[in-house]
Amino acid sequence: MYQILSKKTLAPAIHQYEIAAPKVAKKAKAGQFIILRVDETGERIPLTIADFDREKGTITIVFAEVGYSTKKLAKLNAGDAVADFVGPLGVASHVDKFGTVVMVAGGVGVAPIYPIAREMKKMGNHVVGIMGARNKDLIFWEDRMKEVTDELLVTTDDGSYVRKGFVTDVLREYIEKEGKPDLVMAIGPLPMMKAVADLTRGYEIKTMVSLNSIMVDGTGMCGACRVTVGGETRFVCVHGPEFDGHLVDFNEQLMRSRQYKTEEQHALNRGGCGCGGGGKCHG
Amino acid sequence: MASKIIPKKHPMPQQDPKVRAKNFDEVALGYDEETAVAEAGRCLNCKKPMCKEGCPVGVDIPEFIALVKERKFDEAARVIKRTNALPAVCGRVCPQENQCEKNCIVGKKHEPVAIGRLERFVGDYIVDKDEQPEVAEPTGYKVAVVGSGPAGLACAADLARLGHSVTIFEALHTPGGVLMYGIPEFRLPKRIVQKEIQNLKKMGVQIETNTIIGQIHSLDELFEEEGFDAAFLGTGAGTPYFMNIPGENLNGVYSANEFLTRSNLMKAYSFPEYDTPTKVGKRVAVLGGGNVAMDAARTALRFGAEEVYIVYRRSRAELPARLEEVEHAEEEGVKFLFLTNPVRYIGNEEGWLTALECIKMELGEPDASGRRKPVPVPGSEFALPVDVAVVAIGQGPNPLLTQNTPDLETNKRGNIVADEFGKTSKPGVFAGGDVVTGAATVIKAMGAGRLAAKSIHEYLMAKGPKKEQG
Repeated sequence: MYQILSKKTLAPAIHQYEIAAPKVAKKAKAGQFIILRVDETGERIPLTIADFDREKGTITIVFAEVGYSTKKLAKLNAGDAVADFVGPLGVASHVDKFGTVVMVAGGVGVAPIYPIAREMKKMGNHVVGIMGARNKDLIFWEDRMKEVTDELLVTTDDGSYVRKGFVTDVLREYIEKEGKPDLVMAIGPLPMMKAVADLTRGYEIKTMVSLNSIMVDGTGMCGACRVTVGGETRFVCVHGPEFDGHLVDFNEQLMRSRQYKTEEQHALNRGGCGCGGGGKCHG
Repeated sequence: MASKIIPKKHPMPQQDPKVRAKNFDEVALGYDEETAVAEAGRCLNCKKPMCKEGCPVGVDIPEFIALVKERKFDEAARVIKRTNALPAVCGRVCPQENQCEKNCIVGKKHEPVAIGRLERFVGDYIVDKDEQPEVAEPTGYKVAVVGSGPAGLACAADLARLGHSVTIFEALHTPGGVLMYGIPEFRLPKRIVQKEIQNLKKMGVQIETNTIIGQIHSLDELFEEEGFDAAFLGTGAGTPYFMNIPGENLNGVYSANEFLTRSNLMKAYSFPEYDTPTKVGKRVAVLGGGNVAMDAARTALRFGAEEVYIVYRRSRAELPARLEEVEHAEEEGVKFLFLTNPVRYIGNEEGWLTALECIKMELGEPDASGRRKPVPVPGSEFALPVDVAVVAIGQGPNPLLTQNTPDLETNKRGNIVADEFGKTSKPGVFAGGDVVTGAATVIKAMGAGRLAAKSIHEYLMAKGPKKEQG
C-alpha cells in the first residue's frame, strides 16, 4: 500500500496528492508517469508525474475528476492509501539547452508541465510559461509556475482572470511579438495540444506534446495506447508519452480517447457514491 | 502379466459446451480420486520411461503415477514438486500430447496414459494443503528474479530449494505473468495460480510487485546497491505484434494481450464489480490460429458476442493451437474461417470498426517453416462485418529492461541472447523463457527457468561460501 501524505484541492474537482513511494521518487524524472490502482477492484490509472521529492520519498500527482475511477480516487484523504503505485514509466523529457522554450499548459496540464519547465530553466533556457483554463476557479499553481519561468502569461477562456482567450491566442501573440522560440512544449487536453501543434506548424517551430492515452499495463504489453506518429504506430507508454506534435495523428487520438464513453457512463450511473451499492464507498 | 490395458484415457469431466460458453468457470472439471486411480492403472511403469524424456522439466512420471495407483497422493505430489513447482498449472496448460504423452508406450497401440490429467489431479489435491516445503540450509547468496511468469517462478523455486535467498520482481500488481494476464480463467483459474505462488512464498521466496527492473533499479544497481549476487531474467514475450494493415488503430481493434489482460488480470468479465471495462462486441473476429487466438475467441463468446470468427490464413491442418483448444472452441460455437487473410479494417466516421476486409488464400509451395505457404486468390476480397477484432498473431520480447541495459546482448528481434545454460553476455546474469526463445509454452519457459537455476547455483557455488559483508 502507498500512503497519501497530503491532499489539497486545487480547484473544483482538481486534487493534488503527495504519495509515499520512495523507490519511484528516487528515479522519477520530469515527463514520466506513474500508474496507480485505488483498490483491489480498481482500474490502472496512468497519471503524469507533477513533482517528486527524492529526500522525502514522495511523488506528487494532480488529477481532475473526469470519470468513475478518478472520482473514486478523489474520495481518498490524507492518511488513506492506494493499493498499487508503479513507476516511473515512459521516457523522460528531453531537456537540453534549446534557447527560448515556451511551455504551454492547458487546464490540469499545468501540473505535468511544471517539473519539465523547472528542468528547462535549470538547463539555462529562457523559459516562457503560458497557462490557460476555462475560468479563474480552474487556475492553479500559478505561483509555482512563476518560480520556474522567466515570463508567465495567464489566460482564461471566459476572461474571468487576467485576460480572455485560449492559450493558442497567447502563443500566437507571443510569437508575433517576440519571434520564434526554439521549442514549444504543450500539455493539456487533446484538442488544445492539437491547436498548439497546428499553430506552430505554420511557423515551423518544433513542438512536443505529452499524450495521456488509454492504457492498461503501461509497460508495452497491451497496445491500448497506440498512436500514429509520422505514419508509424507507437505505444505511448514505452515510446512516449512525449512525441513531436507535428507528427501525431490527433484525430485518431481523439477518437481513441472516446472508446469507453458508454462504459464510463454506465459506471457513473451506478449511483452517486460510485460503489454501485457494494458498500465500498464508506459514505 | 498385467491385465488387459483399457484402450482409451478416462474422459475428462467437462462443463457442457452450451453452458460453459456463457460463463467464465473452468471448462475441465478434473478427475475424482476413483478415476485418477483407475487411469494410473493404465501406466506400465516402464523401466526406461520415455515419457519423462518428453517433459521439459523432467518430472518423474512413472514414479508419481505408481503412487497415485496406491492412493498415496501426498507422496505423488512430493515427487512431482521435486522438479515442477507448479503441477496444478502444468496439468492444465501443458501441451502433453506433444511431450510426455507423445512418448508414452501405451500410446503406441492405444491412447496414451492421461499424464496431464493425473498431474492436474495431484496438483489440485495438494494445492490447498498447508504443507511446508523442504529447503536447504541458507547459502547467504541473494538472487534477483525479474518477472514472475512461468520461467521466473520455476527458477525461483529451484533456487529457494537450494537455500538461496530469492526475490522476484514483478512489473504488474499481481504475480504470475502470463498465467494471470494471458491464460483465461476458464482454462486456468487464477485461484490455482495464486495458491501455487503462495507455496513458493512458503519456501522463503519474496515477491515485490509494482517493481519494474530497468526503470526503478537498473540491473547494475541490483548487484551494486541491492546486494544481489546473480540475476535471472524471465521477462517474457509481452509486446503484441500487429498486422500493420490500414485501419488497425480504429476503436474496437484490440491486441490479444489487451483483450485478455482486461478480462483476466483486470477481471473485466466482472464489470462493473471490477472497474475495468472491455468492449463486448456483437460480432468478433480473432486474427490468428494459436492458443492465444483460441483463448481470445472463447473469451469473446463468454462476454456475450453473438458471432465469433477465427480468421486464419492457412488451413485447419496448420493451426498451431492445441487440438483440444480448437475442439473446445468449436464445441462452444466459434466459427473458423480458414485460408482467409485480413487485408484492412473498415471503420465508420466516429472511428469505430465496422468490418474486416479479407482475401481468400490457397496453399502453395512449402515455405521456410516447412508448411505450405498461403498465397492470395486474386479478386477474392470480401468484407466480414465485425465490431471487435482481436489481433492474436504473436508477441515479441518486452523492451523495457533491455533498452535500459545496453551491455546486455540481444538479437535483432530484441530477444536476450543466452547460451544453452541460460548465461547472458553480462556476468552473473542469466535468462530464459520467452524473452530468449520468443513466444513458446508455459512448460518450456519453466524448463528454461530450471536450467538457469542450475547454472546460477553452479555459478554461486564456484564463488565459495558467501562472505559476510562488513
